[in-house]
Amino acid sequence: MSETIVLRGVHPYGEAAADIVVRDGVISEVTGAGAGGGDRVIDGTGLIALPGLVDLHTHLREPGREDAETVDTGSQAAALGGFTAVFAMANTFPVADTAGVVEQVWRLGQESGLVDVFPVGAVTVGLGGSQLAELGAMAASAAHVRVFSDDGHCVSDAVLMRRALEYVKAFDGVIAQHAQEPRLTENAQMNEGALSGVLGLTGWPAVAEESIIARDVLLAHHVGSRLHVCHVSTAGSVDIIRWAKARGIDVTAEVTPHHLMLTEDLVRSYDPVYKVNPPLRTADDVAALWDGLADGTIDIVATDHAPHALEDKDCEWGAASFGMLGLQTALSVVVETMHRTGRLDWRGVADRMSVRPARIGRALQHGRDLAVGEPANVALVDADATWIVEPALLASKSHNSPYAGLELPARVEHVLKAGVPTVANGMVVR
Amino acid sequence: MRHLLSAGDLDAATACLILDTAAELATVTDRSVKKLPTLRGRTVVNLFYEDSTRTRISFEMAAKRLSADVINFAAKGSSVSKGESLKDTALTLEAMGADAVIIRHGSSGAPHRLANAGWIGGTVINAGDGTHEHPTQALLDAYTLRRHLRGGRGDLDGLRVTIVGDVLHSRVARSNVLLLSTLGADVTLVAPPTLLPTGVGTWPCRVSYDIDEVLPHSDAIMMLRVQAERMQAAFFPSAREYSRAYGLDRARMAALPDDAIVLHPGPMNRGMEISAEVADSDRAVMVEQVANGVSVRMAVLYLLLGGSGDLTDGAA
Repeated sequence: MSETIVLRGVHPYGEAAADIVVRDGVISEVTGAGAGGGDRVIDGTGLIALPGLVDLHTHLREPGREDAETVDTGSQAAALGGFTAVFAMANTFPVADTAGVVEQVWRLGQESGLVDVFPVGAVTVGLGGSQLAELGAMAASAAHVRVFSDDGHCVSDAVLMRRALEYVKAFDGVIAQHAQEPRLTENAQMNEGALSGVLGLTGWPAVAEESIIARDVLLAHHVGSRLHVCHVSTAGSVDIIRWAKARGIDVTAEVTPHHLMLTEDLVRSYDPVYKVNPPLRTADDVAALWDGLADGTIDIVATDHAPHALEDKDCEWGAASFGMLGLQTALSVVVETMHRTGRLDWRGVADRMSVRPARIGRALQHGRDLAVGEPANVALVDADATWIVEPALLASKSHNSPYAGLELPARVEHVLKAGVPTVANGMVVR
Repeated sequence: MRHLLSAGDLDAATACLILDTAAELATVTDRSVKKLPTLRGRTVVNLFYEDSTRTRISFEMAAKRLSADVINFAAKGSSVSKGESLKDTALTLEAMGADAVIIRHGSSGAPHRLANAGWIGGTVINAGDGTHEHPTQALLDAYTLRRHLRGGRGDLDGLRVTIVGDVLHSRVARSNVLLLSTLGADVTLVAPPTLLPTGVGTWPCRVSYDIDEVLPHSDAIMMLRVQAERMQAAFFPSAREYSRAYGLDRARMAALPDDAIVLHPGPMNRGMEISAEVADSDRAVMVEQVANGVSVRMAVLYLLLGGSGDLTDGAA
């Protein structure tokens, strides 16, 4: 019999204060503030209670690049960011394209224990884009894979994409597409526009993303499959997805925190910490992403947390790797760009960062309501606190945060995963 | 000003100061002893990640005429080709006490990174970075234009300069548009649409797809190098078609105003963007551009490194 924990005086979804009582990994009681009793009381006075966050798009780098991140350090960063589940992308070394590798990642997540790590399976062997990986074997493995992606690479072959969309229907899977037409983006370095022309950096045009999304929603419609679009970054992509949803096409989409907050102007510094794929876009794109996330066209926020070793960023722009840290700053960025501006209330934040990503990824124990009988995955957030991002103090093994020195709102104070504290007073607990 | 990274960093007054200083320093070249003591004891490093014999030699000669110690650090045959990072190379040069690093790099922005990443404390001069900029080339072009068409004084107010060719991949074009427009020139870019950068409409210049329309209104025409390999990436169908549509031959040269001059940053593709007859004509100032390059780079080094001594003082 496990102990009973009382989350005292919290505000579920920012609403009236309550006590949430947790027993055996489940919410056993939600009562008026001060009324709940238990073995252990966590004082949550004034804190916002949200269902534990779910990240559909994380790079944990293990196996293969343990110098940049491990499943355990990434899990720490995730827990500190308010997450109780993350989906680990397949572009590891070796690639997660077999049951063996996804089971390894799944097991490493269980050993770390701070969040549930759901491995994403590669769509094609070695992310090579030419032959389907053993999707069924990964689905049937202990890792129970439901999300498949060649993220980092686009499944650009239309026939292969069609087959993948069809094939995963057998086990309720979803293809998460990294939408990037490869020929239009050869050696691309930043958003294509007036600024790329001035800076002399090869452009990554919006049409390279939008043309693939347009093709894929039509394919998904044609074969009756569900499609998920990774890291939507342009206004045109939002329009296409809005059109597809209006037609009843089963498509979902994500936006990253950095595409909600940062613009291409940062590239003027040539500092590779701002080098990311898809690239930072224009202020107009950012505004369209806000609107799309607010009206539900874009279903979720996903971090695309991409740790890189120091030497892969401490160099000239062209030599640097693409990607940014995101797990520990995601909620703060969403609060800054979407909540404080009135675009999403706390229920909206919970919907976009927990409920919907869990549903897309079929993570059945996550993204559930803060209600009696539900799994006790809970994050308590001090919405009034601010903090200054200090990359060296983040839990990630890498330091490539684009928010260094910025003051951001909202701090995650406590997290329970299946009723067990993983974060207390802003620190990881085991 | 501590670094020279972009021609856009220069206002008209600073640009004119560099050109005026270059004009004074040019007189050194006419002396029997072609040397000034102003940078004695200072160390200048030529850090070249791309082959560029002419630019490297030009900087080397400029530094030596100012009595600086010059170290040539070429990517080939050094630790660079063994995979050393730009950072580690920079730290090495810093430890050796380089006062200025002149960098040529294939990656746009590498000089900015070298100047701003905290790796080195000295001056950084951009000698060409990727498809970004080549500010001293623009300065030597401005110097050449001023000498021929403005009596060697003042700015370039109202001067009509046409730049023709592969603007998309040209650091020379970018720096020239910025500098020449700052100096008051009216710049027109001419290229097939495939070889113009996205957003060129926001640049301080005009754009045309038709060289023949622009020629009669050009006081100077600058032909950019066009690599025949570009046709493999479908920027144009063939070298011959490019040459027919955009190359400068004798017939087109005849359409220029009488005193107009022809520039080319080199190396030339004779028969591609410029015919041999034009290249060898008395309108062409390519050889003089090379000589002016040394004077302009002397001026840049002198002004950035705070050289001492009176420039007009003949004592060397």
